Amino acid sequence: MMRKGEPLSLDTASLPAIELVGIDKRFGAVHANKNINLTVAKGSIHGIIGENGAGKSTLMSILYGFYQADQGEIRISGTPVAIRDSQAAITAGIGMVHQHFMLVENFTVLENVMLGAEGGQLLAKGVTGVRRELKRLEQDYGLEVDPDAVIEELPVGNQQRVEILKALYRGAEILILDEPTGVLTPAEADHLFRILQVLRDQGKTIILITHKLREIMAITDTVSVMRRGEMVATRKTAETTVEELAELMVGRRVLLRVEKSEANPGAVLLSVRNLTVKDSRGVTMVDDVSFDVRAGEIVGIAGVAGNGQSELLEAIAGIRKPTSGEIFIEGKPVQGADPSRLRALGLAHIPEDRHHMGLVLKFEEYENSILGYHRDQRYGRGGMLDLEAVRKEAEEKIAKYDIRPPNPRLRTANFSGGNQQKIVVAREIERDPKMLIIGQPTRGVDIGAIEFIHRRIIDTRDAGKAVLLVSVELDEIRSLSDRILVMFAGRVVGEKTAEADEQALGLMMAGIAA
Amino acid sequence: MEYFDIFVSILGSAIRLSIPLLFTALAGLFSERAGIFDIGLEGKMLVSAFAAACVAYLTANPWLGLLAGIGVSIVFSLVHGFASITNRGNQIVSGVALNFVAAGLTVVLAQAWFGQGGRTPQVPGEGRFAPIILPGADAMRDVPVIGPLYANVISGNNILTYIAFLMVPLSWWVLYRTRFGLRLRAAGENPGAVDTAGISVTWLRYRALIVTGFLAGFAGTYLAIAQSAAFINNMSAGKGYIALAALIFAKWKPVPVMFACLLFGFLDAFANFMQGKSLPWIGEVPVQIFQALPYILTCVLLAGFIGVARPPKAGGVPYTKER
Repeated sequence: MMRKGEPLSLDTASLPAIELVGIDKRFGAVHANKNINLTVAKGSIHGIIGENGAGKSTLMSILYGFYQADQGEIRISGTPVAIRDSQAAITAGIGMVHQHFMLVENFTVLENVMLGAEGGQLLAKGVTGVRRELKRLEQDYGLEVDPDAVIEELPVGNQQRVEILKALYRGAEILILDEPTGVLTPAEADHLFRILQVLRDQGKTIILITHKLREIMAITDTVSVMRRGEMVATRKTAETTVEELAELMVGRRVLLRVEKSEANPGAVLLSVRNLTVKDSRGVTMVDDVSFDVRAGEIVGIAGVAGNGQSELLEAIAGIRKPTSGEIFIEGKPVQGADPSRLRALGLAHIPEDRHHMGLVLKFEEYENSILGYHRDQRYGRGGMLDLEAVRKEAEEKIAKYDIRPPNPRLRTANFSGGNQQKIVVAREIERDPKMLIIGQPTRGVDIGAIEFIHRRIIDTRDAGKAVLLVSVELDEIRSLSDRILVMFAGRVVGEKTAEADEQALGLMMAGIAA
Repeated sequence: MEYFDIFVSILGSAIRLSIPLLFTALAGLFSERAGIFDIGLEGKMLVSAFAAACVAYLTANPWLGLLAGIGVSIVFSLVHGFASITNRGNQIVSGVALNFVAAGLTVVLAQAWFGQGGRTPQVPGEGRFAPIILPGADAMRDVPVIGPLYANVISGNNILTYIAFLMVPLSWWVLYRTRFGLRLRAAGENPGAVDTAGISVTWLRYRALIVTGFLAGFAGTYLAIAQSAAFINNMSAGKGYIALAALIFAKWKPVPVMFACLLFGFLDAFANFMQGKSLPWIGEVPVQIFQALPYILTCVLLAGFIGVARPPKAGGVPYTKER
């Protein structure tokens, strides 16, 4: 039985749970981890914060045996260990809850927990043991979940609990959570944090990777900041501030709150009436939704991912056919119009997923900078592109949006997430549309670029455009929007002003209050 | 009773025609449930038929023929694995390429070795799998209804037929009741879950492909030295693809796979029976129409008449650890 992690015997209790000494890792030309040193105390919650691409995930993957470090040493409770693969990490008492759950969706909870620790060639032998152990874990840590439920039928919060159970079942003493709250409602996130606190109080060590400063402040005991592959600081959470952490992450002072003046709403530019959208399986994703967006205002749509916001956005952008209902642009019905006609009417769309919808990653930057507008007279006539004109305009946008590296001939895939997003934002906003609809404007974008993109969105509003913003980041919705609509299960369940308190919004997002 | 006799004879022939489909579809079941699409089933069937015919001809031992068929089929499976697992190549391209290799190589080798226009010499009777008469078959023949069914459908088949039907519950048991099966199915749905549980996805998928090769070897052997007595140019004649269709039709589940294969076998048998017969009111229908039936059925079924077939989620995607 490798249940209870043997490496941790009692006399090592005072030693740190994990020590990383001089960890170094390169992927080709990218230096992902530069001489990292990290000490994590036993029985603590240790946060690791940093921008996308700062090297947090790489570091944790090394700890979990997904990658091998080029140099450096890992010590668990003072003993150097070689973690060659995930099996070795599990044996060393390390468990990981991945950002994208490593669950088999059409398996039951029980089967998922068993996978890799079946207790024999035949499943029947192991099942009773797993059931007993799940019962015990439920009692010890309050991790309730029906062992016979099929994963895909469970709410996301419970799926995550299964991931935690998997790790505990394998005897994890150290639990790594990678961006665990990205898919959770505020209430589910709170629940998760309570579970983590119980785990810590029972002596488990927890490493929490996140880019959300608020979570770090709320739950961790210690926090380490990574920037560009380096570990730049470690602080006691009680002795630091959000501002200091943000500055450490980015390397310069950051405005966390967007400055914006009072909105000055004008005429209604975009209206949606009784819009219903079904997906390919016939499931109603958007259910009888109506709202208006006026010139000079930002309407934010809040909600947990998967409550119909994406489908709503796609229906308005002309990508998905609505089942019923109407969409008006300046009073003219446009439902069913294709995206190029909507563009001609002045609707610009920054899609949620830049990789699949916003960009062709294999194209060079300048090619992407006219995508969707390539039929415009400015870029050529008679089916021929005037590449000179296109490149010249691309260069102007690169300068204006500070896109780095400033090279229109570079393959788009080689830009960082933040710069890719700026390419899309520049393309859509610089066409001077009347309406701008945006999905997840800063997903996977670093803080510096977030600040810039937020500024652009506010400027667009101030120029008298109607802006519709969909985001699963509640903070983003709150800081940008003039009005907030909350979506739950395909319906708009309420409207609030930007001053609404977070808890009220959170309850609405969970479908509890209207 | 005449109609009943006809029915029994079609049924008996349906069973015999569905056996290669059944072995092949079960073979495909293992690789596809593990996340490897295998369009190369056709080729595996062909090479194993060739190998079985050659060895059975030379040794006059069907079991050695079977062994050769299985061995060669496993080698082909491993080549597919090397291309699509180790080198993360496109599984469809690799499968199609292997089919062409099989079609060409068998004929070239047959011509070079035996010089009979791309076929192997006739395998002697003792080198073939002969029909087995089950006890009491002759005695029961005159019992109404059950008698003819027992004597002509259940009895009188060769050993491979019985093995094929045994493989159905066995496959089910392996997939759903063993550790290997659990991991295999998980690898086809979310290989990341398998990898993070500390299990090698690569090794697991290779093992699945070995099982695939093993089962496809039976199918080819059956064609060459049970159903006929030699290897003939392109004797699999698209059965690998039909088996693949049966697999999808059965939504990647062992017991429905058996019924799907029986259905295709039945259509085939029906087409054979209708050869040269005329239909009431219509008159004689060209036999090609009946021969096309299984393929038409395949198109219709795959076009969505079976509802949404949910393939293994990670099927066709080479596994790479995320970066």
